[in-house]
Amino acid sequence: MIHNQTVIEQRPAPSSAIGPLAWLRTNLFSDPINTIFTLIGLYVLYLLVVPTVQWAFINADWVGTTREDCSREGACWVFVNARFTQFIYGLYPRAEIWRANIVFAGFFTLIAWLAIPRLPFKRWVAVFALVGFPVVAYVLLHGGYFDLPRVPTHRWGGLMLTLLLATVGMVGALPIGIVLALGRRSNMPIVKSFCVVFIEFWRGVPLITVLFMASVMLPLFMPSGISVDRLVRALIGLTLFQSAYMAEVIRGGLQAIPKGQEEAAAALGMTYWKRMGLIVLPQALKMMIPGIVNTFISLFKDTTLVMIIGLFDLLGIVQAALADSRWLGFSLEGYVFAAFMFWIFCFSMSRYSQYLERKLNTGHKR
Amino acid sequence: MTQTATKTNDLMVEMHGVNKWYGDFHVLRDIYLDVKRGERIVICGPSGSGKSTMIRCINHLEEHQQGEIVVGGVPLTQDVKRIEQIRRSVGMVFQHFNLFPHLTVLENCCIAPMWVQKKPRKEAEEQAMRYLERVRIAEQARKYPGQLSGGQQQRVAIARSLCMHPDVMLFDEPTSALDPEMIKEVLDVMVELAKEGMTMLCVTHEMGFAKTVADRVIFMDQGQIIEENAPEPFFNNPQSERTKLFLSQILGH
Repeated sequence: MIHNQTVIEQRPAPSSAIGPLAWLRTNLFSDPINTIFTLIGLYVLYLLVVPTVQWAFINADWVGTTREDCSREGACWVFVNARFTQFIYGLYPRAEIWRANIVFAGFFTLIAWLAIPRLPFKRWVAVFALVGFPVVAYVLLHGGYFDLPRVPTHRWGGLMLTLLLATVGMVGALPIGIVLALGRRSNMPIVKSFCVVFIEFWRGVPLITVLFMASVMLPLFMPSGISVDRLVRALIGLTLFQSAYMAEVIRGGLQAIPKGQEEAAAALGMTYWKRMGLIVLPQALKMMIPGIVNTFISLFKDTTLVMIIGLFDLLGIVQAALADSRWLGFSLEGYVFAAFMFWIFCFSMSRYSQYLERKLNTGHKR
Repeated sequence: MTQTATKTNDLMVEMHGVNKWYGDFHVLRDIYLDVKRGERIVICGPSGSGKSTMIRCINHLEEHQQGEIVVGGVPLTQDVKRIEQIRRSVGMVFQHFNLFPHLTVLENCCIAPMWVQKKPRKEAEEQAMRYLERVRIAEQARKYPGQLSGGQQQRVAIARSLCMHPDVMLFDEPTSALDPEMIKEVLDVMVELAKEGMTMLCVTHEMGFAKTVADRVIFMDQGQIIEENAPEPFFNNPQSERTKLFLSQILGH
């Protein structure tokens, strides 16, 4: 039996199936119950958004220098304004802030350069970002060289300290995590047990304990006369702690790569490190981008815990400012500001990871 | 079997009394097999008979516990350098292709020549294009494996192996994961390769292929080589009962 001898041309979908009106109908008002939920949802949204906007923008005070300028019933951003320098740089000496600004500028330029695909010389920029820039940043921030006055690390603080802790933590935790994940899958019993013990130890203790240990216990074990900077100790603690989590994320990715991939690489005569570096890890890391960024984001927020060992990160410095008797009663503004700053950075990371996932999505199937 | 040592030059693969166990399970039992340069061997047998395991021992993707394997005159030992040396001269094509999904077809063919043989990129790419043309897929060189059909992927996998200039090619059921209409395009490439004199060990159930190209057909069952013969007598006049049963099962329908 022959159904139809002419080829059926492709026709456009009916207008009731596409366009914004159709979207509204299918998603918000498809049936009475759906419509009721939509209306309730819109009402709740109205109840939440209107007062927030009024508090944060319409009734807010923006200019001024003292609390007397806060006359209106909304938020008083004067507090944040007055303390802004401190929130960004901590107790860094005012006269030396230009040094921190150079580091900030360099930091954001490098990130943007590496993140924007069109820009050239990626490899050299990456090498500079990992090798050259940390040295430059250290010399500038810490001083003591080239007639720059020394600024001890306990005066570093605010957003600067948060970014420093987070960046060093991420840059350190990723490679250590990769090595630990590979080690945990190794056939060599000593390497394997070392990695298992290391990972399980760091995953088993809370970060607060790690930081306390780093600041209180560690000096007791050090030979007298040798003291490691408190910030350095916090950095090491944070990095090792996060590398254990990173290792488990990456191990999950390694397990998801079919065994055939490594076999095919081996059959071509590749050594272990080439099999891993060229074939298995690129696929595993790509697959684990959401997990890796998730760990990065939690690391970024965990940096606030350094407060308990007396380092003033962004949240710490906001809290310290709230204790100032001239500004009592502005904690809401302070915390909203701190939350907003954290949200900006974490949300950017999250968006960039989504972009990377889409960009690197080449293998539809194996 | 001692006389084989004197004519090593002719022999590409020598297996002497190879035994292998998975735990308590004896997968390979006293395997003796000599493959001359340029010889084409087809290995068949029921599933679980150890055919794949046997050829995977040749490039040490599986480890044997007893016996001796010599590839191109080089004895296979535990030494990692030695294993990698042997693997460079032994190509392998897998049932599930195992192309690298994060690399383009061209990169799949260049990565080992560039990183293992240290060829410059340009030279590696030119060579890869030559082999991709030979397997008639050069026009897909910039695509990713996920964008190709199974038959196309398997031809790329063959080209990827050839780019290392192997002395021996191992085929581990190269057509069993393919849709029926794609089997021929892969077999055609393999037949051409056989005509050019490549030494081949091929685990397959494609008996038509065995009849056209094989110098010898080997039948395995329960980890043993049961029967080996030239294709004509193997198919027309099998000696062992198990071979007869197997052939009647796969040719009967």
